[in-house]
Amino acid sequence: MDFPPLAWQGVVVLVVFGVSLLIATYSTYAERVIAAFLQDRVGPDRAGPFGLLQPLADAVKLFTKEEFFPAGANRALFVFGPCLAMITALMSSAVIPFGNVLQFGDTAIHLQGIEINVGMLYVFGMVSLGVYGIMIGGWASNNKFSLLGAIRAASQNISYEIAMGLALIAVLMMSGSLSLREITFQQASDAPFVWQDIFNWNVMKQPLGFIIFIVCAFAETNRTPFDLPECETELIGGYHTEYSSMKMGLYLFAEYINVFVASAVMSVLYFGGFNFPFQSELRDWLVSSQSLELVTASNIITIVGLLGLFAKIFSFIFFFMWVRWTLPRFRYDQLMRLGWTILIPLAIFNILLTGGLITFGIIK
Amino acid sequence: MLHKLGMTETTMESLSKRAKVLEKKPMTLAERAYLPAIFQGLSITMQHFFRAATKKQVTIRYPEETRPFSPVFRGLHVLKRDEKGRERCTACGLCAVACPAEAITMVAGERKKGEENLYREEKYAVSYEINMLRCIFCGLCEEACPKAAVYLQADKMAPPRFERDEFIYGKDRLVEPVTPDNRSKRGIQLTPEQADKLRTQLV
Repeated sequence: MDFPPLAWQGVVVLVVFGVSLLIATYSTYAERVIAAFLQDRVGPDRAGPFGLLQPLADAVKLFTKEEFFPAGANRALFVFGPCLAMITALMSSAVIPFGNVLQFGDTAIHLQGIEINVGMLYVFGMVSLGVYGIMIGGWASNNKFSLLGAIRAASQNISYEIAMGLALIAVLMMSGSLSLREITFQQASDAPFVWQDIFNWNVMKQPLGFIIFIVCAFAETNRTPFDLPECETELIGGYHTEYSSMKMGLYLFAEYINVFVASAVMSVLYFGGFNFPFQSELRDWLVSSQSLELVTASNIITIVGLLGLFAKIFSFIFFFMWVRWTLPRFRYDQLMRLGWTILIPLAIFNILLTGGLITFGIIK
Repeated sequence: MLHKLGMTETTMESLSKRAKVLEKKPMTLAERAYLPAIFQGLSITMQHFFRAATKKQVTIRYPEETRPFSPVFRGLHVLKRDEKGRERCTACGLCAVACPAEAITMVAGERKKGEENLYREEKYAVSYEINMLRCIFCGLCEEACPKAAVYLQADKMAPPRFERDEFIYGKDRLVEPVTPDNRSKRGIQLTPEQADKLRTQLV
């Protein structure tokens, strides 16, 4: 059967879609188990072995709950809000390069939804659009708490997007490209020592930029300590106060997909993407000592790199949850002060520093 | 002591030596940067994570594990039999009078000829009911009973049910069961009719 390359790419897109959903599903389980362990508890262990079927039980619960529309709510927008949040969250994972190329005869499969040369810009665009889902949902609820949560979400995301973008500019100054695949390739190294492999990752050249980026990622995904939009103690549930059943589920799901995408973006931008130490040595060894063909060896490297990227992503997801159950929530004025008077000046300083280091040839 | 305190300029002396003197100093750069404090907090929670993952948690997984009952726990009632397997209760009604929650009712009946191996005395309880939703498990019935017939077990509780009337326990669920081995041990001999009667009572 002749299978055109575009069809392969379609399959990859579907797989990425499915994997995003699966990871988001099991993030809910992981969050509960991690929260429980951090607090000396047991966590869900009733549904299935080790409680592994808990997400299914949750899905059944959310789907069968009463669908409630508050009086005076704008019904169309009320439904549209969670849909938009979910759609934008799912779309943003399309440009992330999960792996290099798998070569089967003449067909080469890029383990990436779509390769576009403005990949990072696309992710930023999608993340910005995601705020609309929250804002529309909060506004359409006809509830002052929802509206406050939505306004907070909007102003928080706008504030932290600036610092995030400025931190990213320093990376782009080194890479000269917005393509995530290109940025990944530039972090590969053929140096024979492991420390040089890791040293080539952007996090070693941009430690300050990475800290700014990860703080902003917490704010962009509305995770603790920056979860003011849903702030239970002040705003009941924030923008999803009035939501029930699966519409509520979509909001929660979108948050976990955003966490996954943010983790993937950080792994690609700062932690070498699908590169791993000794990859060229491993390929040479497979070819020379195991007498494999170069194509097969490359495929093995690609698969190991794919697994390596997912290991990085899962570490970041774990970090997101670890921080959530450690830190208390910021106050709103503290949040704004941190964003505008600390992170943005720091990010600008980082750009100047990077520019200087590039000019004097210390990093490239 | 008091005049001493008045004379010296120091504040009250701490007897436990645990009081810490707080000084309000401006924050250092490390404190203002907030990140060291965050990592300190993260390390504390991570210690808890590994403790929970490796050691046994204090959680008791209820249906599988249960907390041990106290030896003086007052749980579900039982109507005892004597050493020959006969019901001890004579339906005197003292437990019902003693009950502050009015949870006990009974109907007394006269023992017929040939039932001497079932009931210890000439009078016995034809029916005996305790409403477990009214009962406050105070144990006053146990204290009031002159025949040592009613006891609150230390190891059983009234289990949850869906219907209210299922909480009214009759003799079928209160009387100590006659199992084949304790029947032979206690020397109870049932005629086939009595066995049938007992079976209908138990079902």
